[in-house]
Amino acid sequence: MPEMLSLRINGATVRVANGTSVSAAMLIAGQPTRISVTGEPRGPVCGMGICFECRAIVNGMPHQRTCQLLCEEGMTVETNR
Amino acid sequence: MKPLDVLIVGAGIVGSSVARECALLGWRVGVVTGGTLAGSSTVAGMGHVVVMDDSPAQLALTAYSQSVWRELVPQLPKVTEYEQCGTIWVAADHDEMAEVQARHEVYARGGLETRVLSASDLAAAEPNLRSGLAGGLLVPADGVIYQPAAAAYFLHQAQQHGAEIFPLRATAAAHGVLRLADGTSLAAPRIVLAVGAECELLPAMQIQRRKGHLVISDRYPGFLRHQLVELGYLKSAHKVAEDSVAFNIQPRQTGQLLIGSSRQYGNSDSEIETAIMQRMIDRALDYMPGLRNVSILRAWTGSRAATPDKLPLIGPAKGLADDDTLWLAAGFEGLGITNAPGAARLLVNAMVGRASAIDATPYLPARLNAGAAVAYA
Repeated sequence: MPEMLSLRINGATVRVANGTSVSAAMLIAGQPTRISVTGEPRGPVCGMGICFECRAIVNGMPHQRTCQLLCEEGMTVETNR
Repeated sequence: MKPLDVLIVGAGIVGSSVARECALLGWRVGVVTGGTLAGSSTVAGMGHVVVMDDSPAQLALTAYSQSVWRELVPQLPKVTEYEQCGTIWVAADHDEMAEVQARHEVYARGGLETRVLSASDLAAAEPNLRSGLAGGLLVPADGVIYQPAAAAYFLHQAQQHGAEIFPLRATAAAHGVLRLADGTSLAAPRIVLAVGAECELLPAMQIQRRKGHLVISDRYPGFLRHQLVELGYLKSAHKVAEDSVAFNIQPRQTGQLLIGSSRQYGNSDSEIETAIMQRMIDRALDYMPGLRNVSILRAWTGSRAATPDKLPLIGPAKGLADDDTLWLAAGFEGLGITNAPGAARLLVNAMVGRASAIDATPYLPARLNAGAAVAYA
């Protein structure tokens, strides 16, 4: 049984296994990472920090590439609008 | 086919505005453009529609032109992103606050509304400015536009009224004949040079390129509400001999931040120069430390078309060329976007012998030939 941790994604508490990337946690939570300039919901594409589609607001900092970040206990994540 | 009434060289914001005004007269219009439709100075600029008071003639033209923009706004397509966000001229210290008061009075004499902001007004208006600034001057009528889309719209309107586009470079213009790069030529009784910083067709225009850098950020909606320009901008923009930078930042409708500005004389290459760009960024960070956490997407350069006396050339080329067919609408320095629609009206009025809303004398090209004493002062 992996060690679990909790973070908040768009206001809801989500529990994930330690070592989960933030982009994966957003997929688990069913939340888009960002909303495009034309209003489309977006999610991670490349998973390796190149495509910039997985940008979200992490701990208040906008445009963080969530596929390059691991979840931490108590982290807050919001869809980047 | 009906012969052309006018040929316009250049399809940036100025050429497109002139083409639209001419086509609305019912004239048969030809637009000759060697590059992309929205020309290089136009697309490189900031799109700040700003009233500038550095001389009475500049104040008259920018204020008039801004009123034409406001008249056009209801018909501008959404892609032109016109936003009347206002400008705040930021005063760093008490000396600059005195300047704020002086400019407030100059604008008032010109019938323009402005508001003096105290230090706390300024902090409330733009919370991301650093603390310790003295205040500012809010010019609420100023706005921001996405100028390539506006130029394309003006050109499209001209085309809908019958204007024809010739996607070729003009190599010579004289006595009603325009020679094109493919060896052919076009004829019209009037040829308008709306050539931005490219004055090869008439070197007597004495236009110098003044290079600028801009950078644009990712989207940070709410970070900035007004276009902010440091008051020192006027001082640095007037220094002609040396390179200068000034804090100048603009909110785009997308939430992006457009950050400038730099000025370099006699530098015609389009390379990004990291040293001056760094100075420009440092200046911006000094005023808005929070920009440190902002991610930048792109940087580019462009050329302003600077005349010796900083006023544009609008009207007959008489005095600069012995040619009654040549007309000029060029040399707008950093104010081409602001002044394009007003300049187009002044020019067309002069061509048809109609009176204009403002006195067009200060912009007549012939002034450059008034004596050899014209210096880049």
